[in-house]
Amino acid sequence: MLFAGLHRLAERRTLHIGLLLLFSGAFLFSSLQKAEAQQEPPYFVTYSSAMEEPGNLEIENQNIVAAPKNANAFFAPTVEFEYGTTAWWTSEFYLQGQTTKNDSTVFTGFRVENRFRPLPREYWINPVIYVEYEDINKADKSFLEITGNTNIADLQVPNAELRKEVERSIEGKLILSSNAKGWNFSENIIGEKAVNENEPWEFGYALGAARPLALTAGSKPCVVCRQNIAVGAELFGGLGTRYTFGLKQTEQYFGPTVSLNAPNGWTFRFSPELGLNDNSAGILWRFGASYEIQQFRDWFRRAK
Amino acid sequence: MRGRGFILAGLLAASTVCLAKNYGDWLKKVPTADRAQVNPYAGNPQAIAAGANLFHENCAKCHGDNAEGKHSRPNLRSAQVRNATDGDLAWILKNGVVFKGMPRWSGLPEQERWQIIAYLRSLSLQPSGGKQ
Repeated sequence: MLFAGLHRLAERRTLHIGLLLLFSGAFLFSSLQKAEAQQEPPYFVTYSSAMEEPGNLEIENQNIVAAPKNANAFFAPTVEFEYGTTAWWTSEFYLQGQTTKNDSTVFTGFRVENRFRPLPREYWINPVIYVEYEDINKADKSFLEITGNTNIADLQVPNAELRKEVERSIEGKLILSSNAKGWNFSENIIGEKAVNENEPWEFGYALGAARPLALTAGSKPCVVCRQNIAVGAELFGGLGTRYTFGLKQTEQYFGPTVSLNAPNGWTFRFSPELGLNDNSAGILWRFGASYEIQQFRDWFRRAK
Repeated sequence: MRGRGFILAGLLAASTVCLAKNYGDWLKKVPTADRAQVNPYAGNPQAIAAGANLFHENCAKCHGDNAEGKHSRPNLRSAQVRNATDGDLAWILKNGVVFKGMPRWSGLPEQERWQIIAYLRSLSLQPSGGKQ
């Protein structure tokens, strides 16, 4: 049903077709495989110190649906390919698009990111360095992170206007993450600088806490059982720019989040995120599914 | 030209370090207190069964379904693993040997890591299914 609905929308704007093909192809391809990984907390925006296991490829589709006040409702899917280059280095590639009711469907751009874990052991707090290049037009509504000062009224601007303005930027994050007694606590500090426009550094943050419902595994394999379900909460938003640092005219969101790590490599996540101020959209409904292909690189190696 | 040579040499050295696979050294890094830890699930049949599920979900793709290693990744039925203490194994699961390819599993709850160790210990009592 979801695919059919998306397809009808895509027919109206050809740019979205590539995204849809990638999304469906990736999932058909991945459904032939079998794997599972339980390490990642159920966050959408916050990064923890969990890295992709070396050689694994995770294909993820995460979506956001919202109906902001005084603006058209929108649906923004992101397809994400995450590869464990080494045990201390994870690379990701994103493709993004959005469709806005009574407006149009547009491809909004791509991102390439790398995460590095500089320390060799587990400590009470574990840093990860995140570096990203993004080539995104202003029609982007993925809310993958929020930086700088934003204006919720921008959601009323037609896609045709917004997509004309492309921002290429470098983004860095300091990810701090702790694991204790089954809990994960993660804090992200974000800095972003446009490289094609004369704009100041923009800042943002994301905080998350999560825990599986059970800390021990059962002796029998199961799908919907407490050990496979993790719950948590996220708080994230902008922190202004170099000249306007603070919470004034920023978007802020908070929401519970839940994930199911199903057998056969699938993970499903869901989160309603509530806007905390007048400059935020009312509720962002997020849902996503990911599939992890374990040891993808072994496909290209000879058996020993 | 000279600068480029230095950069090339640096990159080669870095890639050599990254690609070097010497898994054996990790035992020397385990602190004494960690080494002395005891598995609360040792010998528990339910924990061994749970550990088997966890192993096949998370570890088998690299270490093989029978834990005998795969694509030059370590054989977990080896003498080195058999001789390691439960605490040693708990330490490596938590910390990994990230610069040698073994990821950390600190995101798994500690109890589940102990269940995996209980399963690995049970393998020492079983005959291996294939190559050593």
